[in-house]
Amino acid sequence: MKVHLYVPCFVDQLYPKAAMAMVEILEKLGHTVEFEEKIACCGQPAFNSGYWEEARTVAARTVEGLESAEVVVIGSGSCGAMLHKFYPELFKETPLAEKANALANKTYEFTDFLVRKLGVTDLGAKFPHKITYHDGCHGLRELGIKSQPRQLLEKVQGLTLVEMKEAESCCGFGGTFSAKFPLVSSAMGDGKCASALETEAEYIVSADSSCLMQIQGLLTRQQKPIQTIHIAEVLVSR
Amino acid sequence: MNSTFSKDFKKNSGRMSQDLTHRAVIKKALGAYEIKRDENRSKYLNWQEARQAASEIKWEAVNHLDRYLLEMTKNLEARGTKVFWASNAEEARQYVISLAVEKKVKSIIKSKTMTSEEIHLNGALEKLGYDVVESDLGEYIVQLNEEPPYHLVFPAMHLTRGQIKEIFKRKLGSDTSDLPEELTMVARNIMRQKYLTADMGISGANFGVAETGMISITENEGNARLTTSFPKIHVALMGIEKVIPKLGDLAILLPLLATAGGGQQITCYNTMIGGPRQPGECDGPEEFHLVLIDNRRTELLADAEQRDALHCIRCGACLNVCPIFKNSGGHSYGTTYQGPIGSVITPHLRGLQDWKHLSSASSLCGSCTEVCPVKIDIHHHLLHNRRNAVTQMPVWWERIAFKGFSIATANPALFQLGIKIGRVFQPLHFLIKGTLLDPVRAWTQTRDLPEIPAKSFRQQWKSRQ
Repeated sequence: MKVHLYVPCFVDQLYPKAAMAMVEILEKLGHTVEFEEKIACCGQPAFNSGYWEEARTVAARTVEGLESAEVVVIGSGSCGAMLHKFYPELFKETPLAEKANALANKTYEFTDFLVRKLGVTDLGAKFPHKITYHDGCHGLRELGIKSQPRQLLEKVQGLTLVEMKEAESCCGFGGTFSAKFPLVSSAMGDGKCASALETEAEYIVSADSSCLMQIQGLLTRQQKPIQTIHIAEVLVSR
Repeated sequence: MNSTFSKDFKKNSGRMSQDLTHRAVIKKALGAYEIKRDENRSKYLNWQEARQAASEIKWEAVNHLDRYLLEMTKNLEARGTKVFWASNAEEARQYVISLAVEKKVKSIIKSKTMTSEEIHLNGALEKLGYDVVESDLGEYIVQLNEEPPYHLVFPAMHLTRGQIKEIFKRKLGSDTSDLPEELTMVARNIMRQKYLTADMGISGANFGVAETGMISITENEGNARLTTSFPKIHVALMGIEKVIPKLGDLAILLPLLATAGGGQQITCYNTMIGGPRQPGECDGPEEFHLVLIDNRRTELLADAEQRDALHCIRCGACLNVCPIFKNSGGHSYGTTYQGPIGSVITPHLRGLQDWKHLSSASSLCGSCTEVCPVKIDIHHHLLHNRRNAVTQMPVWWERIAFKGFSIATANPALFQLGIKIGRVFQPLHFLIKGTLLDPVRAWTQTRDLPEIPAKSFRQQWKSRQ
């Protein structure tokens, strides 16, 4: 299958390792990976801030740029929700409505694509560490992703998953929210870090780099003994 | 642009979010609720289907409000109830005040009604010299402490037993331990006398049943029953969206409200009131007045996209799971209705530009929508409020920023350049970190930034080709 990998703007610039890991996994499974260099962002920051007109300008480039893609895979529940769930609303009653709906229907979050679409859970990975998993809110509640990452992690050799309390509660990132209300955002993150630390895990794993940026930002500042890592990087570990 | 309400919220929520004692008190209070809620939710054969059924009942009612309100009031009036239609808060207040003047009322007792908070009734009555006492224990505590309810269901959730003991000591001269039983007895002794002397009882209404012409009140302390039956005059305040079609609808709505709101299977007291004392009856009030309050609810009704916000049964479940509420605290909102649902409806009830900041104060995590027993699309309505606020009056610097964003993302090379500049300067960032010169101060105040890697994915991809 020809898989178009959609790399969110901040993953591209800040977390290229996660995206490279996805390429490696998809290719190892025998798929051809494509990447559209002309697309930089899904438009979510403008959309979430209420600037739908500006969001449409940005999003239109994604909708048109991916028109010919067979299937689109995104390594982020947040941007995945943007394409899958919010594009149809954003482009409702506009000339791009039909194309936006078509894109929504062929877009998958990375772990969801592996487990549900491809039916793959064992990637032959080895990661001999104790980890805990953070469910990103958009992936969890907009896309219904809960068991997919756990099914993948279960097959990783040497890995022990310890669920934290309130695994489903928000890390406090929320895009522009984290800058508009930095103290409330950080207080939310503190709760998340405390739950993770209680598990005594070595790593916090998630399918969303944006959540991990928030969590790692707090952990580094507070010099806490736990690391964050994207699930794709765990799945390519040998 | 930046309203006082917005500045106050930002300041107060920021301050409260750093208050570790507050954080612990709320966590403890909600911890007990969560256990009971989950236990009772699991007793439903299918909780999701129950939510669906409840949401359909409310949909039917809200979308045919004209019909059901008339059916309800016709039935109530046939039994001698006086119905008053208040289009705004002022009309509702004036009706109650005029009635109190006309009937020479001196003392008023109230059971829990958020609608009275919404129309600021207590203040108006007290200004005219009336003695107004809240009979719900939580409401009574915050009344004594001279503060608004912290939470629309648990008004005194933020106070510890020790603090309540001190409030009672200061205001009532009581000398007890901080045991809930002892504190309750103090309030109870005072309250029992108030029921006997009050000339007017004011209550809310959880539901209004069109089919039978009754209001339904749900509570745990029995105080609403006494408030509505002892005084000669009973006045009930009800938002127009509280009407439901059939008596049988309560079979699902009452337990759902109890479980979502208080973690209970069913509340201790459920009362139906269909009119004043009827001929041949030996008790009950001589007069029953129902004040139906619009207060801009019909404007929300006209908004097809967000109309389902009128489904709200004020259970508070969305507050209880909201990380913004838990960290900011109920008082930071400065609204009658706090938490996610308050952030959705307050802009409709009190003005979008003044209250839009509450819709921005959300990470859009969606926990609220997930638990709402009547399936209101709460967190998506926060997005809709944000969009509506911008459409009505964009913030100039945000518009410029997003125009710039739209241009930058049209050209990935430009985007790449920005990041490159960032990478070059990042090693020097420590010099300005957290100062006014720091462009990312909002982030770095509490968090570190990730290190910008030497090569972006884009660059690595290119070199692979």
